[in-house]
Amino acid sequence: MKPNRQIGIAGTVAAAGVALGAAAFGAFLSRRHDGGGDDAPQFARRSNHGDHALVGRTVTIRKPAAELYAFWRDFSNLPQFMENVESIAEQGGARSRATWTIKAPGGTTVELRTEIVGETENERIAWASVEGSDIETRGEVTFTPAPGDRGTRVSLHIEYDAPGGAVGRAIAKAFQREPEVQARHDLKRFKMLMETGEIATSARRKSETRAAKQQENA
Amino acid sequence: MMRALTWQGTHDVRVDSVPDPEIVNPRDAILKVTSTAICGSDLHLYDGVIPGVIPGDILGHEFMGEVVETGKDSTLKKGQRVVVPFTISCGGCFHCKIQQYSACENSNPAEKQDMSATLYGHPMSALFGYSHLTGGYSGGQAEYARVPFSDVGPIVVPDHLDDDQVLFLSDILPTGWMGAENAEIQPDDTVAVWGCGPVGLFAVQSALIMGASKVIAIDHYPHRLELAKQLGAEVINFKTTDVREALMEMSGGIGVDAVIDAVGMESHGFAVDNMLDMVKQKVGMGADRASALKQAILAVRAGGRVSIPGVYGGMTDKFPLGALMEKGLKVNSGQTHVQKYTKPLLDKIEDGTIDTTFLISHRLPLEEAARGYKNFREQQDSWTKVVLKPGTQKEQAA
Ligand SMILES: NC(=O)c1ccc[n+]([C@@H]2O[C@H](COP(=O)([O-])OP(=O)(O)OC[C@H]3O[C@@H](n4cnc5c(N)ncnc54)[C@H](O)[C@@H]3O)[C@@H](O)[C@H]2O)c1
Ligand SMILES: [Zn+2]
Ligand SMILES: [Zn+2]
Repeated sequence: MKPNRQIGIAGTVAAAGVALGAAAFGAFLSRRHDGGGDDAPQFARRSNHGDHALVGRTVTIRKPAAELYAFWRDFSNLPQFMENVESIAEQGGARSRATWTIKAPGGTTVELRTEIVGETENERIAWASVEGSDIETRGEVTFTPAPGDRGTRVSLHIEYDAPGGAVGRAIAKAFQREPEVQARHDLKRFKMLMETGEIATSARRKSETRAAKQQENA
Repeated sequence: MMRALTWQGTHDVRVDSVPDPEIVNPRDAILKVTSTAICGSDLHLYDGVIPGVIPGDILGHEFMGEVVETGKDSTLKKGQRVVVPFTISCGGCFHCKIQQYSACENSNPAEKQDMSATLYGHPMSALFGYSHLTGGYSGGQAEYARVPFSDVGPIVVPDHLDDDQVLFLSDILPTGWMGAENAEIQPDDTVAVWGCGPVGLFAVQSALIMGASKVIAIDHYPHRLELAKQLGAEVINFKTTDVREALMEMSGGIGVDAVIDAVGMESHGFAVDNMLDMVKQKVGMGADRASALKQAILAVRAGGRVSIPGVYGGMTDKFPLGALMEKGLKVNSGQTHVQKYTKPLLDKIEDGTIDTTFLISHRLPLEEAARGYKNFREQQDSWTKVVLKPGTQKEQAA
């Protein structure tokens, strides 16, 4: 189990397999605040995260948790602010299976299949990849009321690994080199969308937005 | 296609033909620009001391015009005349809600926030025409401009006020005002202002309106000092007078109560540290020249206030930190929260308390913008403020 440096994450969970992974993930989430002698989340630690490398970020959004939760829980909304995600089709079912179509270089796409592995209304949604997915990943978003009228603290944690070989490298690229950067930007875009109803762009023309340019390159 | 002033490199700006802007987001509006000014802040771009400017970028953050197109969530109407704040602010985030508009969290595109976040610990919000550090938005020194968040930024101005009376609501008038407000002026105070450019002059005017008993303005250009005098300030020429000694005497040996740095990162002067910083800036080592600010910190009385509207972008060397701490000074600074001040200042223009037109020395057609930049930089004494008028062909009398 050696860390996949190429996309900057460790591959423990991936190697452990999906079924085992879900359990391990639960354990790791509950450990997020353990150790280190301070109250910072684990992903902010200077030292490594044991076997787990994490992508994690928090933003405060001036909206009630219920509203943000509801928007996120409808996975088909996520492509509006997740730049790499072309679409998400929900198959439904007890665990809300969904298929994410993710942009890869050269106009290709890869598929991520997930199901919900834990949720608490208005507080938390956790998902994990299932068999047949091109990418192994788990993610969790939490919604915690911020003090006073500051809204809600939204934290996103994503852990994933891609298969090796050409496809793996393509996926790593599709995630734009730095999963951490991508997650951070996506979360900022989520905040923009929720607080302002749009996503900021300095493009002077519709054809010059990032989305339009990505289409062009695809 | 339209005409617009583009940055090409240090001391190289040109009017070019570029595609017209369009509505991109629902809250956008498109303006037909009627007046747009060149700012001291633009000179920092012109001089190449602000990072993140890309050849072809359209400059200009002081502009106004007529609404010609609106997005579906804009509250503006076609035909309205509006002045646009240079700070782009969403109106809905934490900072906007507490009126710290220039710290808006949502206006700088997500993918452009990393550079300033690395430099300053937090991303900057967006500004018009002011490098990709602040979003890379095209500016208003053009025939048309796209204005995001047009439902919260632009202020509609009444027809009986002409452009020259209200244009400066976009930046320098609120900046001078906030500079004075940040000096926390009390009735018997003596306040010193470094720099008699547009920002310094409006800071002088504002400080007097706020009730300072004496305002002392410092510069080395005779005409600019004369303008300060006409506003009611006493003046010091730093080329011929020892500023610190003069300020001690003029404040009865106490030191001035508050100081305002309206000079910023390209201060002139021959202090040894300033020369050193100038060399470093030239060779790209990026130390901000801060001689005016350093002098201000030494001149202010113990327990006094330091207000810094002048722009700094990076680090500075030999900063008198000891003076700051040992004298117990209070520092206020920042890009102006323009949206907070546009309405109250428009009221003051309407009732005659504030006149801004005295400042304008030149009115040029947009096509002559490059000449405007050159002279505003090289003939600062007589070129106090340049207003560009897209749609006109000839220079108008000032
Ligand atoms: N905080 C903001 O939001 C904001 C907005 C607009 C402008 N600004 C900044 O304010 C500053 C002034 O803008 P401006 O348009 O008036 O510029 P300007 O260049 O026209 O004026 C600067 C003046 O400072 C004088 N000066 C230079 N060195 C000096 C020194 N050592 N002591 C005293 N005076 C000195 C110059 O002679 C000049 O008259 C700039 O740094 C500009 O970027 C800040
Ligand atoms: Zn300006
Ligand atoms: Zn905002």
